[in-house]
Amino acid sequence: MSEAPNSSENSSKHFDELYDEIDHWEVNTGEETIHAKRMPGRFRNLKWLAASVWLVFFIGPYFRWEGRQAITFDIMGRQFHIFDITILPQDVWMLSLILLFFAILLAAVTSIAGRVYCGYFCFQTVWTDLFTWIEEKLEGKPAARRRAEKLPLSQQRLPRKILKHIIWIMIGAFTGISFTLWFGDAFEMWKAYFNNDVTMWAWGSVIVFTSFTYLFAGFMREQVCLWLCPYARIQGVMVDVDSIMPTYDFHRGEPRGRLKKGKHDADKGDCIECNQCYAVCPTGVDIRNGQQEGCITCGLCIDACDSVMDKINKPRGLVKYMSLDELNGKEQPPIYKRPRPLIYMSIMTLAAIGILYGLTHLGALELSVLHERSPLFVLQSDGSIQNKYELKILNKTHKDMKIGVRAEGHQSLTLVGADREIIAQPADTASFTVFVRIPKKELAGERESLSFKIYNLEDDKISAEYKSMFFGPRIR
Amino acid sequence: MSENNPFPNENNSGHVWDDNLRELLNDPPTWWRIGFHASWILVIVYTILYPSWPMLTTHYKGVMGWTAMGEYKEDLQSIEMVRAKYEEQLPNKSAAAIMADDDLSNYVVKSAKVLFGDNCGACHGTGGAGNPGYPVLADDDWLYGGTVNEIITSITNGRKGVMTAHGKSLSTEEIDELANAVMSGNPASSPLYMSKACFACHGPDGKGMAALGSANLTDGIYRFDEADQLASIKYTIKHGVNDASDPMTRNAEMPIFGGTKLTETDIKKLAIYVHKLGGGQ
Repeated sequence: MSEAPNSSENSSKHFDELYDEIDHWEVNTGEETIHAKRMPGRFRNLKWLAASVWLVFFIGPYFRWEGRQAITFDIMGRQFHIFDITILPQDVWMLSLILLFFAILLAAVTSIAGRVYCGYFCFQTVWTDLFTWIEEKLEGKPAARRRAEKLPLSQQRLPRKILKHIIWIMIGAFTGISFTLWFGDAFEMWKAYFNNDVTMWAWGSVIVFTSFTYLFAGFMREQVCLWLCPYARIQGVMVDVDSIMPTYDFHRGEPRGRLKKGKHDADKGDCIECNQCYAVCPTGVDIRNGQQEGCITCGLCIDACDSVMDKINKPRGLVKYMSLDELNGKEQPPIYKRPRPLIYMSIMTLAAIGILYGLTHLGALELSVLHERSPLFVLQSDGSIQNKYELKILNKTHKDMKIGVRAEGHQSLTLVGADREIIAQPADTASFTVFVRIPKKELAGERESLSFKIYNLEDDKISAEYKSMFFGPRIR
Repeated sequence: MSENNPFPNENNSGHVWDDNLRELLNDPPTWWRIGFHASWILVIVYTILYPSWPMLTTHYKGVMGWTAMGEYKEDLQSIEMVRAKYEEQLPNKSAAAIMADDDLSNYVVKSAKVLFGDNCGACHGTGGAGNPGYPVLADDDWLYGGTVNEIITSITNGRKGVMTAHGKSLSTEEIDELANAVMSGNPASSPLYMSKACFACHGPDGKGMAALGSANLTDGIYRFDEADQLASIKYTIKHGVNDASDPMTRNAEMPIFGGTKLTETDIKKLAIYVHKLGGGQ
C-alpha cells in the first residue's frame, strides 16, 4: 500500500476546499429572481413564432364541424371526436401508440438538436416568456426591476405591480378555461361559466390551472426546469457529441478579457467579457461554462453575442448552435449515419403506421359474443342441443342502426331469437340474447366452431364478425 | 464545547465528529413545515367533523353526523332511485305486457338474476341448468306448461305431482318391457302402455299432460336423469313419484313461493326470467 496522507489536519483542509466550492454553484437555486434582459434577434423571433403554436390551444375549441365542436374529448360520454373521427374506449390502444410516438419524437429531437422543445415549445418556458414580457412592460427593464426589488413595498410602484399580478392571474384563468373547453362544447361552456352552471370538475380544473400557471410562470419560472422537470434531468443521456446545441467556441473566445479603452488586446480571445450571454439567459446560466443542465437551448445568448460581435467588428458565431464534434474540428456525421436518430425514427415510424392503421380501420360496428356457461348446453324436446349467446353490439356511428344477425359454422344450425327488430343505438353497446340449435345427432363432437355475423340491414357493407363455439354433450 | 468550536458563526450545535462533520441548527425546509402544520390542522379538523373519540358508553359523533351506515343507506337509495322508474311499472303490468316491452324486460332479467340465485338456484342450478331430480328450466320440456302465466302458477302455488307406484300391479318383466319402450322414445309401441293404463296420465301418444304435470315420455328429457337411465325408469315405474303408499317412492316437490315468501311482483320477475332462460313458450 502506498503512503496515504492520513493526518487529520491534511484531510480536513482538503475537504474544506471541497465545501468552499459549493459557493460557486453555477445555477441559481431560487434565492434570487432572474431578470433576463430582452434583446431582439433571430432566435428571439423564432421563439415568438414557435410559441404561437400554443394559439391552437386557445382557438382550437371554437372550430365547428358538422354542427358540433370539431375536436371534443367527451369524458362523460366516453368518446373523442376529432373532425369526422369518433374514438371510443375500444380504440384507446391507439393512445398508447400516440404517446410512444411523441415520447420517442422528444428523444429523437433531443439527440439531433438538444432541448429544442424546452427552448421553443414547452408551456413552462413559453408562459414564463409571456409573463416576463408583461413584467417588463409594466415594471421596466431588468436593472429597474432589480432596484425596485430592494426597496420596501411602500416605495414601489404598487398600482403597476398589482396590475401585473391581475393580468397574470387572468392569463392563468384563461388558460384553465381554455383547457376545459376541449372537453365540452366551447360556446355552451362559456355561457355556463358566466351562469356558474359548470361541474365541480370544470371549476377544479380552472382553479388548478390558474394557480399553477400563476405560480409556475410568475414565480418559480426557471426553477421548474431546474428542479421539477424530469425531461431536463435525463437530457444528459439523450444527447451525444453530435447533438447540436448553443455552444461557446472557447477555442476562439479564450482567454477572455475586457476591452481596454475600446481597444482589443491582441493576446486575448474574442470574448470581451461583456456578459451579455449571461444577462439575457432566462434560466440564468453562463453558456461559457459549456453545456449544462440549466440550459434550455433557446439560443437567446446567441442573439446577444452576435449583436456584440457586430459592434466590435468580429465575425458572428462565438456562441452558436453546434455540436461538440464541430467545436473540436471533427467532421459532423450526417443524421442517416448516426445509429441513435435512426433507431428513434424507426420506432416512430412503427408507431405512426400503427396509428394510421387504427384510424383507417376504426370500423362502424363491433361485435363480441359471450357464450352462456351455465348451462353450457340444453337438450330441447325436439332432440336438438341449444346454446345461449349474448351478443354485445357496439354502434360507432352517429345514427340508429337496424341490425341483422347470421350464424354460420354448421350446415343444420337454427338461429333462434334473431328475427325480432334489433336496433343498436349510436356510440353505445347493446346486448341481445340469441339461441343456436343443432340436432343432437348431427353433432360430430363435443364442440363446434361457430361464427356470428352482424350487419346493418340498410347497408350490409357495414358488418362485424365474431368467432365463438357451440357446445354439446359428450358423444358416447 | 462552544469555546473551541472549530466552525464558529456557522449556527452549528457545537457537536463535531471526525474533525469537520457537524450538526447544523438550520430550520427544516419551508415546504416540509407547511406540510407538517397542514397535517396536524387536518387531523384536528377531521376529528371535529367526523366520529372520532371513544367515550365510556358511546363515542363522539362528529358535527357532520356522518356514519358508515348512513352513507350505505344513501347509496342504496340512489340505486333505488334508478330502479324506481322500472319497479313502479311492474305491479300494474301483466307479465305478457312486461315481456312486450324490451327495455322493461331487460331490466327484469338483469334484476331477477339475484332473486333466482337466492330462491331457485339451489335446486334448479345457476341459469336453470337443473340438477338430478330437479327439472332443467332452460329447455322447452315443461311438466306444467311453459307459458309465463303457467310458470307464475308453478312458483306461486308450488307443484307436487303424483305417479302411482306400480311395483305391486306390474311384474318385473312388464316393467322391463315398458321401460324399454320409454327409452326407445315411443312408449305406445308396447301394448302394455294401453292395457296397463299408462296413457291415462301420459296421454295416448306418451307426450304427457300439462294439467296433470305428467311427463313427456317421448323427448328423451328425463327429470330423474341418471347415468343408467334404463334402471332409473324402471325404478320410477316400480315406486312411483310422491306415492305415500310406497316408502321407496321418489320425492319431487316444488315448494310454495306465493304468500309470505315472495311478493307477486317478485314472482312475476322470476317467471319472466325463467321464461327467457331459453325454453319459454
